[in-house]
Amino acid sequence: MNLHEYQAKQLLREFNIITPRGIVVEDPTHAELAATGYLGGDAWVVKAQIHAGGRGKAGGVRLVKSIDALLEAAQALLGNPLVTYQNAPDGQLVSKLLVEETLPIAREMYLSLLVDRETERVAVVASVAGGMEIEEVAQTQPDKILRELCDPLLGLQEFQCRNLAFGLGLTGSHIGDLTRMLRALYKLFIESDLSLLEINPLVITEDGRMVALDCKMGVDDNALGRQKKFADLRDDTQIDAREVAAQEAGLNYIALAGNIGCMVNGAGLAMATMDLIKLHGGEPANFLDVGGGATAETVAKAFKIILSDSKVRAVLVNIFGGIMRCDIIADGIIQAVKEVGVQVPVVVRLEGTNVELGKQKLADSGLSIITADGLTDAAQRAVAAVQGS
Amino acid sequence: MSILINKNTKVLCQGFTGKQGTFHSEQALAYGTRMVGGVTPGKGGQTHLDLPVFNTVREAVRQTGADASVIYVPANYAADSIMEAADAGIAVIVCITEGIPVLDMLNVKAALRANGAKLIGPNCPGIITPDECKIGIMPGFIHQRGKVGIVSRSGTLTYEAVHQTTRLGLGQTTCVGIGGDPIKGLDFIDCLQMFQADPETEAIILVGEIGGTREEEAADYIRQHITKPVAAYIAGRTAPKGKRMGHAGAIIAGGSGTAEAKMRALEAAGAVVAQSPAEMGAAVQTAMQR
Repeated sequence: MNLHEYQAKQLLREFNIITPRGIVVEDPTHAELAATGYLGGDAWVVKAQIHAGGRGKAGGVRLVKSIDALLEAAQALLGNPLVTYQNAPDGQLVSKLLVEETLPIAREMYLSLLVDRETERVAVVASVAGGMEIEEVAQTQPDKILRELCDPLLGLQEFQCRNLAFGLGLTGSHIGDLTRMLRALYKLFIESDLSLLEINPLVITEDGRMVALDCKMGVDDNALGRQKKFADLRDDTQIDAREVAAQEAGLNYIALAGNIGCMVNGAGLAMATMDLIKLHGGEPANFLDVGGGATAETVAKAFKIILSDSKVRAVLVNIFGGIMRCDIIADGIIQAVKEVGVQVPVVVRLEGTNVELGKQKLADSGLSIITADGLTDAAQRAVAAVQGS
Repeated sequence: MSILINKNTKVLCQGFTGKQGTFHSEQALAYGTRMVGGVTPGKGGQTHLDLPVFNTVREAVRQTGADASVIYVPANYAADSIMEAADAGIAVIVCITEGIPVLDMLNVKAALRANGAKLIGPNCPGIITPDECKIGIMPGFIHQRGKVGIVSRSGTLTYEAVHQTTRLGLGQTTCVGIGGDPIKGLDFIDCLQMFQADPETEAIILVGEIGGTREEEAADYIRQHITKPVAAYIAGRTAPKGKRMGHAGAIIAGGSGTAEAKMRALEAAGAVVAQSPAEMGAAVQTAMQR
């Protein structure tokens, strides 16, 4: 789960990390009030709150130097989707803006904490190339990336913080500032089960303060059960509506651009099914894993979610029935097709326990279900069904 | 021969009396797995499925001499269960549980590094040596004792590979589902090494997916150390970047972890890479013939 910038900065402040002064607003009038009444000054930054990077280049972060410009920016952004290179083509709805003071910046740096899967440790990454995408820095100037790995049993040590501080070329009191900040960030990361904490840029202002100018945070979905504080911070408007519905039904769904809907058991097989459709000249409309214990109800819910995508011209059901018997899955498919009133061709590939009985049930159902023999046949039939329609 | 488990492996079940533990222990017993008991804290002294229940793994190991354990406890307690099994001296720990917080797994891995126990999973179907020992949730009947070792990050894709090799009459030595989480126990290289050393295993199928770089590392290892034929399949060529595809570990992050990069690396290492999941069996056959 991702947090908005304003939520992430709130958490930073709770750990005594300095952020620019700012106010979250939901309409232009409040934006004006925030600027004139609370922040003061004669220039402000207006930042669209969406769960995607690339906001700056997409016009979602604007420096404004008058109230008129502020109002104009707020009106342009609020209530509209913001499309960045990360969330294209649909973009994400902007319903909140963060209005912040501007700060005189002396230098910019990059800082992040993340779980590094290769070393199986929390990594602290820092770079003098602040404000740039770290992936780009990694490719073009890898020598500018500093990294410290934290032993889970010992945590982040002070010497590691010094390594980073001197590596960044900091001097004087900034060495201690960074050390304190990193120790706080590490504590925050562990206590909150974060999967990513990125401050980019981390700046030093002309008056010598170390400030988190921007912040991105992700929480480990597996830990949401014990991190109750994040329940209220969830923003479902940032996620595809079908993905939200699938989550509520306990299904894993990801919308894609094609027209062949997929219903598969198991994440690996679900990905492989998408690949197979592509391999045979079609385009998958989604990723959907119904899980190992697919029942008639979950199959029905899955059909509903797949068909709520108006692009879908055929559905490919690919189930390897292991513990779950194929005849039971066939019952579920038949029930779902009847209940949901499926209007597009449905191609079903069943394999595993009681497969013959399952196929027989589908054939006897009187419904226009196309049964396939094997993976390749299933993909070819699904692609043919779409091309024929 | 086989790797990790065989007909002499004495298996314990943690979370034994729960719904999952009960169901899959019944299946394992029916398959012929040598189950010796289970652990459910607070239910020690009871009997379940005609087997003894213990309060702690330590007690269970003392009484039964178990050397493997399978874990079906809920995600919030599973990390503790893995460490309990390791502390009690269990050599092969199989964790089926999905959804363990990643920071818990970092602690588990640190504890295991000091202990030496082998962990399979979490978020995996388990491990099976056909006709001898089934530990996990895979359907036993699709397997056939034979010559191919299978290692896979995906459960149902393992079943596909098993099904295809069974149909071709090749059969399997041992199938290891290493799981779909980013931080896990045994990885490709560990299994490749064991398959290489196992005289019965004649060929290996590696099933990977997007996310991380362990397939690339496996490719390096294959080039340097594996003399047996290897076939591979990688899922997720059509997966969009930055999206988690069901498995916690299946995500292309910052341009790294793409299916193409993995396929290229494996091909360069001499593996026969199946373009379609329907061709994993055929690919290993090709690898064995050349």
